Amino acid sequence: MDDFSTLIGGIAGDGINEAGVTVARLFNRLGYRIFMYYDYPSLIRGGHNFALVRASRSNIAVQRDQIDVLIALNQETLETHKARLKESSFVIYDADKVKLDGTKQKGCGLPITSILKEEEAPAVMKNTCILAGFCRVVGMEWAVFEDILKKHIPKKLEQNLRVAKRGYDSAAEFCRVEKIDQPSLPIMTGNQAISLGLIKAGLGAYIAYPMTPSSSVLDFMARVSPDFGIKVIHPESEIAVMLMAEGFAYAGVKAAVGTSGGGFCLMTEALGLAGNAEIPVVIIMAQRTGPSTGLPTYTAQGDLHFVLNAGQGEFPRFVVSPGDAEDAYFWSGVALNMAWKYQVPSFILSDKITSESQYNFDPAAAGEVLEEPLSIWNGQGQYKRYQYTDTGVSPLAYPPQKGQKIKSDSYTHDEFGITTEEAKITREMNDKRLLKGQAMAADLEGYETVKVFGDDKSKTALLCWGSNKGVCMEAARKFGLKTIQVLVLSPFPEARLKQALSGVERLIGVECNSTAQLARLVAGYGIRTQEQILKYDGRPFSLDDLKAELGRVLA
Amino acid sequence: MNTKDLATYAKNTWCPGCGNFSILSAMRSVLAELDQEGYPIENVVLVSGIGCHGKIVDYMNVNSFYSIHGRTLPVATAIKLANPDLKVICFSGDGDSLAEGLDHLIFAAKRNIDITLILHDNRVYGLTTGQYTPTSPLGFKGKSTPLGTAELPMNPPELMLVSGATYIARGYTHGIDLLQKLFREAIVHKGFSFVDVLQVCVSYFNMYDTYNKRVYELQGNDTGSFDEALRLMRTWNYDGGDAKIPLGKFYEADAPRLDQAFSAIKPIGAERDAKILAMLENFI
Repeated sequence: MDDFSTLIGGIAGDGINEAGVTVARLFNRLGYRIFMYYDYPSLIRGGHNFALVRASRSNIAVQRDQIDVLIALNQETLETHKARLKESSFVIYDADKVKLDGTKQKGCGLPITSILKEEEAPAVMKNTCILAGFCRVVGMEWAVFEDILKKHIPKKLEQNLRVAKRGYDSAAEFCRVEKIDQPSLPIMTGNQAISLGLIKAGLGAYIAYPMTPSSSVLDFMARVSPDFGIKVIHPESEIAVMLMAEGFAYAGVKAAVGTSGGGFCLMTEALGLAGNAEIPVVIIMAQRTGPSTGLPTYTAQGDLHFVLNAGQGEFPRFVVSPGDAEDAYFWSGVALNMAWKYQVPSFILSDKITSESQYNFDPAAAGEVLEEPLSIWNGQGQYKRYQYTDTGVSPLAYPPQKGQKIKSDSYTHDEFGITTEEAKITREMNDKRLLKGQAMAADLEGYETVKVFGDDKSKTALLCWGSNKGVCMEAARKFGLKTIQVLVLSPFPEARLKQALSGVERLIGVECNSTAQLARLVAGYGIRTQEQILKYDGRPFSLDDLKAELGRVLA
Repeated sequence: MNTKDLATYAKNTWCPGCGNFSILSAMRSVLAELDQEGYPIENVVLVSGIGCHGKIVDYMNVNSFYSIHGRTLPVATAIKLANPDLKVICFSGDGDSLAEGLDHLIFAAKRNIDITLILHDNRVYGLTTGQYTPTSPLGFKGKSTPLGTAELPMNPPELMLVSGATYIARGYTHGIDLLQKLFREAIVHKGFSFVDVLQVCVSYFNMYDTYNKRVYELQGNDTGSFDEALRLMRTWNYDGGDAKIPLGKFYEADAPRLDQAFSAIKPIGAERDAKILAMLENFI
């Protein structure tokens, strides 16, 4: 088996996300690499949720349209996803709720209601029952499922195991997924990888107001805060969120915030403050479909220019857009370091796909995240918060410092931090901020800010950013193309991108927005894209979507 | 330390006769005294918003964070949470804290975070040259309301009482001894302390004559009683009537504080890295 897709669907409240993760874990235990796309509407109970889990021998970061096994907890799942079934596909379903009439594919119905009743088990255990059945359907040994249950769902274990065993025994084997010789890797969402990268780089506080698809960072940080001593705060608004992060930074605590477009609108006021007062802050900006409330639980790449240009006045910023969990871990660490080394706002520009999808995470492949040393005041003479230096970076000091005053200011200020309206100082302070941007850009030359994948000799290349990395890499491979992923979007890695473009005659932009935002950005550096493949219906490109589009464009 | 050490080279640009001079002078005296008494000046952080009041941080040679309009309290809250040894004092205007940043004010009181807010309540926008604020009296004729406002003013001490503040007082910029006493009490108090200062704007809303006739200092009131505090606060509603204006401490109480909520120790270096590595095992 090289490529196997499983879809589990039911109503919101059925625990579909967690059930999908269990499917992913099963394949992971057998050595496969996985990717899981989770689709859900903006409601709490009812509606239709599904998780699409793809397993493959090699690394993947995109889903396919067709599926091999459909796990249907209700009739709607079967009706909605019938079109995904191949002739050879198999359906496993709750026989008390789903009728397979008229479906030509083979299937197996489990008497879940009666099993739960006989075992006096709560309704939530129906997932265990059907997932154990799925295990049997794909020919996995009982011990694999038992082990995952013991490790991840220890609550009411004995009863849960009894229900699972009955589900397993009631199902019939449809195929056999063989174990392959690869180590199992951690499985996590991009948001969890972002969190771990930030923690590794020395995060001390996380402040956020819940907003999909960033909320799971807040939940994760709050859950691990006792282990890592992170001060996690959920205040009254995103306005307060951003200001609190800056208060923490003033007092020497490395802080990050997380939100999506609407929340970031509120943060822009204090973003300007961070720019002028030179306060480090990390902003996780997880995009969703806009404008305004838009589609709260669906994806988009519509906020690139918003993030690049937000805030009044001119100040440098770091913006990185990771494409999977490994990118997310490494670059979140870099983002925190850049914020503090250059005392600037630093963005991790994610989207619903990178943030909420499940990826394999190989720490060795991700790269080492370090807590980098900072420019700290040496204690000599009078402290000046905004001291002029060659790099524009003024040494940091935090209160209390005996005999010293640390003055931070949103107004135009002198070196000491006292407000001024002098023309000369206004210009000098502006130049100082720009110098920091130059120093940061020079520092970033040591990083792989643009990545190239696929056939390096191809004259045709796909240009992408963020979560389209995975789909572009895989589709490009099929067509023998090159993929260029722009990771850092500010300071813009012009030289690296031009180097990556050497030999390329035809550049195809692939983005999840309607106005080709990256293409517009690179145009400012004299780089033209010949074609655009754009998707802006809230859903990510599947591998099949992009292959079809490429087939059309390249024909 | 004397109060001169707490001055800076910044040129003072308040109007002659501005009530802010009294607040500046009172605060310098109180901080100099507290420094002598074991509250070291380097542990003090001042946070201001934007408006005439905000300039005070430029005039004080003390750690400071000159924030943006309405946004003192979230910054101050985080500074206190980052380092509970710091004494954090906010200066804010009535437009600043009661209009643009009202949500932060209510939440600071609700959290009973151990910081102080001094409200420079001049009841008019000064720097933008004379518009009404949330505490301007009904019928106030400002530049944005030339026919007079059609809204009743807010009563800030009452708002703070019902929101959970645990020290609430009112001062007046004519009456520096009382002002110093209230500032000192507010700073020393553990919990969210709020001092509403009737600070006269000589250029756009000169209330000296009115206030001089009506203010009186509270004596012997039961500051532990919520009901009595509420009754006294309501005896003057910031409107244009003839009511007497009570000055002094209305209320003081003890309650749980947000700054007591964080105790976990942050592991660093190898210890932290080992914990992350161990955690990865749970993701398989």
